Amino acid sequence: MSQGAAIRRWKRPPFIKNPTLRWGLWVGAAIYLALAFGTMEIDWNRVAEGLTRGERFLMAFFPPDFSSRWDSIQDGILESLWMTITSTVIGIILSVPVGLGAARNLAYRPVYLFCRGILAVSRTFPEIILAIFFVKLFGFGPFAGFLALSVGTIGFYGKLLAEDIEDMDPVQAEAIKSVGAGWLQWLNYSVQPQVMPRMIGLGIYRLDINFRESAVVGIVGGGGIGATLLTSFDRYEFDSAAAILLVIISIVMVMEYSSGYIRRWVQ
Amino acid sequence: MPVREIADKKVWQRRTTRAQFGTWFGWLLGVAIFVYCWRLISDKTIWFFVADAPKQAADMAQRMVPPKWSYMEVLWAPVWDTVNIATLGTMIAIVIAVPVAFCAARNTTPSVHFVRPVALFIIVSSRSINSLIWALMLVTLIGPGVLAGVIAIGLRSIGFCAKLLYEAIEEIDQSQVEAVIATGAARSQQLSFGIVPQIMPAFAGISVFRWDINIRESTVLGLVGAGGIGLQLDASISTLAWTQVSLILLVILATVIVSEWVSAHIRHAII
Repeated sequence: MSQGAAIRRWKRPPFIKNPTLRWGLWVGAAIYLALAFGTMEIDWNRVAEGLTRGERFLMAFFPPDFSSRWDSIQDGILESLWMTITSTVIGIILSVPVGLGAARNLAYRPVYLFCRGILAVSRTFPEIILAIFFVKLFGFGPFAGFLALSVGTIGFYGKLLAEDIEDMDPVQAEAIKSVGAGWLQWLNYSVQPQVMPRMIGLGIYRLDINFRESAVVGIVGGGGIGATLLTSFDRYEFDSAAAILLVIISIVMVMEYSSGYIRRWVQ
Repeated sequence: MPVREIADKKVWQRRTTRAQFGTWFGWLLGVAIFVYCWRLISDKTIWFFVADAPKQAADMAQRMVPPKWSYMEVLWAPVWDTVNIATLGTMIAIVIAVPVAFCAARNTTPSVHFVRPVALFIIVSSRSINSLIWALMLVTLIGPGVLAGVIAIGLRSIGFCAKLLYEAIEEIDQSQVEAVIATGAARSQQLSFGIVPQIMPAFAGISVFRWDINIRESTVLGLVGAGGIGLQLDASISTLAWTQVSLILLVILATVIVSEWVSAHIRHAII
């Protein structure tokens, strides 16, 4: 008995049980990496050149210069905040009907497919590509950025709302229906209370995402702080760029901390 | 329970009168902020252009069809680059995110007061700067090309992966770790036998999820010169080659759908 125990050693079970699949994945990954590095065109001379200048480049960010471009930084940040708030509100308002339509247990089949289609298309394209087209259509400025962020919000929020509704407890919904509630009453008293807590949290999260995205739609002309940031990079005013980045980071941090409080307070 | 007495009858209410006023005031404040923001945006908008937009859209749509299918030959290489940027970037991010996550999780961090805040700061700063901005900086530093894109995606994804991973580490079942400790395991053995097996599914899920997001993000990095299909998109838009633009959009749509399908299947297989 003790002899047998000495010979047989315990080995931890592998994460992927099927050995063919496990080794296949390793080999596949190795081949892929070889191909990827083989086809990547990297100008190592340029990289080396850049890295030797790297220290100077990084030093150019310090100390951050808040004062010399403060007016445009302030304008840009405020514009970003307006875009964030309006696009989150409008996006969420619009995504509610789409989300309701895209929930399988609520909507008829054609409505379901149509709403899922809207969600898929608005989720596929990054906000920045949407912004390019809205800038072409509606002209430069925050309105184009606002629209791009709103469409992005519809895709994000609508999909999560639909999934949440599909996951809800049908017992409560049935109970409300059995007391003779109309469709709107049914929504209000059985669906809404179940999805509301999570949806408020996600709304705040989306506000956060929209602010971060509003910092880049300006790069293609959609208003907000992005334009100021791009200008400061183009003019090699890295100290101003550093100031802008610090402002963005601190606003995101404030949002992140306060979102925790708001969520607890709301629930 | 808030109850009000009306003519000696107790009437149930959802909120007390004070809470009612509070809610009402909150809504008022919210609507006021929204209207204020909206007015400021509307002031900066040239409404003539907006009114003109439907005509412009119709015009643009007309110029975009049919997509120039022959342009596809040029696009295969950028698509491959885009996928590489996302994949390699995700790999870099994972390699860096794992130690950061272990430092940020309350139950594994070496020091709650010194190491944890540093790890959290890394996570927040990586998350709050968009990959396009990272790419913008990296293009200035190491020149335009795929490498800048890979590093930008990597830096951007660290925060996301580390945040989800450290939350998973904090939520593990401590009794399994205790069982491993009871056998006399050292700290590194506790990690590898008590904690790692528990977070492995979450880890794989997070990686695939982020890869899916990164495919989407890497399609636009080219706008600032960091490689991938965005370069072609930018070039086609600036030369007003709308038939190429529509083909590129279709290709992006297809890539994203395929990546979403792949990631959904992998995650389904893991969980």
